[in-house]
Amino acid sequence: MILTDEQQALLDGAKGEVMAKVVRTLVMYGETFGAERMVPVTSRYGHTVISFGLGVMKPIYDLYDTLLGGDLPKGQPFTADPRPLDDRVPASFLENLVFKKFMYNQQARYEAQLKKLGVTGDDGYTCTCYMPEVGNTPGRGEVLSWAESSAVVYANSVLGARCNRNSGIIEIMGSIAGFVPEFGLLTDEGRKATWVIDVRCKRRPEPQLLGSAIGMKVMEDVPYIRGMEPWLGTELDDAAKDYLKDFGAATASNGAVGLYHIEHLTPEAAEQGESLIAEGAKTWVIDDETLENVRKNYPVIWKDPAAEPKLCFVGCPHMSLTQLKDWTDAVEEGLAKTGRQQVAVPTVFTAPTAVIREFEKTPYAARLAKTGVVVSYICPLMYMNNPLCKSKAVITSSNKLRTYTSAKYYTEADILDIITGKEGAK
Amino acid sequence: MRKFQGRAVVPGACTAEALVSHEGFNTLASYQMALMFGDKKVKCGDQNNPDLYKKPMAGKALCLPMTIGSTTGGMVLYAACAMGRQPACMLFSKHIDSLAASGAILGDVWTDVSMPVVDQLGDEFLQYVQTGMTITVAADGTVTVQ
Repeated sequence: MILTDEQQALLDGAKGEVMAKVVRTLVMYGETFGAERMVPVTSRYGHTVISFGLGVMKPIYDLYDTLLGGDLPKGQPFTADPRPLDDRVPASFLENLVFKKFMYNQQARYEAQLKKLGVTGDDGYTCTCYMPEVGNTPGRGEVLSWAESSAVVYANSVLGARCNRNSGIIEIMGSIAGFVPEFGLLTDEGRKATWVIDVRCKRRPEPQLLGSAIGMKVMEDVPYIRGMEPWLGTELDDAAKDYLKDFGAATASNGAVGLYHIEHLTPEAAEQGESLIAEGAKTWVIDDETLENVRKNYPVIWKDPAAEPKLCFVGCPHMSLTQLKDWTDAVEEGLAKTGRQQVAVPTVFTAPTAVIREFEKTPYAARLAKTGVVVSYICPLMYMNNPLCKSKAVITSSNKLRTYTSAKYYTEADILDIITGKEGAK
Repeated sequence: MRKFQGRAVVPGACTAEALVSHEGFNTLASYQMALMFGDKKVKCGDQNNPDLYKKPMAGKALCLPMTIGSTTGGMVLYAACAMGRQPACMLFSKHIDSLAASGAILGDVWTDVSMPVVDQLGDEFLQYVQTGMTITVAADGTVTVQ
């Protein structure tokens, strides 16, 4: 890799040993992928995936102390993934004890570190930092130093920004240095599709199921997806963005997708069309049967697979304002049909703090509260890390949550039936 | 016995028992419970990986195509290194992915742990190697399986 004089000086220790190690880390990272140079981070904000102060991850916070003690230049401000604790989310006395005394006993220390490093504030804690209410929405072509698989794939695919699937810690180092190695999804070549996916479904494919199927098939490759026009149209409106948010999160967690193109819809596909497809790209056809087979093969690791659901999470990644409103309507309609006043299963909808604040300004908030659904800024994944959750029957419409925890996946329609107490729903 | 030539991403030498994943290795799903609860054997917690689920990973020669999943992956791998719970080595049949590379590099630069990492060993490597075989890694990226 060829470094500028200034970058070489940093590597040689001109700004101290810690900065030299930061740059050495980024150089090794780039050289592993054949990067020939560093490029400036051009976005206003970074985003870090690490938002949790887990007691057992102490070495990470020790490393952050090293960074903070290293007299480093002030890096770019950044948002962070959602916080792991929120008293509004139902938890037993024992669970609360485990959460606060054992699991997240480094939370205060870590949040103090993030503050010193430049986290934007309370509103900055969300995995959907790109939502307009939050304000970390990069523009097309901007170079990012982000981590959080669902945010990276959204920024690349829907916003047309440029970011590799960086790991936690590496992203902060890029934000501190102000430059990142140029490879992979930062290059035109790396953004070409090596898979063509033909979606031939007769009904609207569930976003989190379609994303799961594609992620497991293409793994880290870039798919060019055809056949979505009947379901998403050709305009990136709120409905399309919400669909792609959930779809992308599943591609990234069930596989390792960092960028996808949707024909006639996502910015690069709309502009460049099939010229984005690399020579020799493989093809895969998906239909309703494919998706049903994928869903059927998800393992259920509840201690009692036939247990009655005890908790439901919707919103991993965090929900948008439109989704909160749409779900409010749907829950009310479902309850009206079943003749219930409140949901049959304790249910938590998760969303960014800034979105919740906007939601609370609307009449929908009181209507949703009346149904018994709780709205929280929590990270459901961090909640589910609680070992007691293994014996707790948690259901979700999130394929990401299913992948990393014992939560059982259901389609959105099934979730609605279950939480509104529809007879025979399970 | 067979020899495979790869690229040493993090050079080093070791001998260890093979633990083979034919599917993408989900670092967060595999490690999170074991690290959280101080499981010294580091039993794999990824329910979606039938090759590894519930098998001990500490001190093994982890043979895999690539890693997948959350971008906490590199951080998790770094934490495993800093806590002395890392595999003996990581051997990739494909080009290493950005998350695994991050974890391996963070471990190399910021800890004293030696965890050799070799990639591009080829599909044949993963077809040949089986869990329980003995693996020897040389600093130049040569991997001997017997």
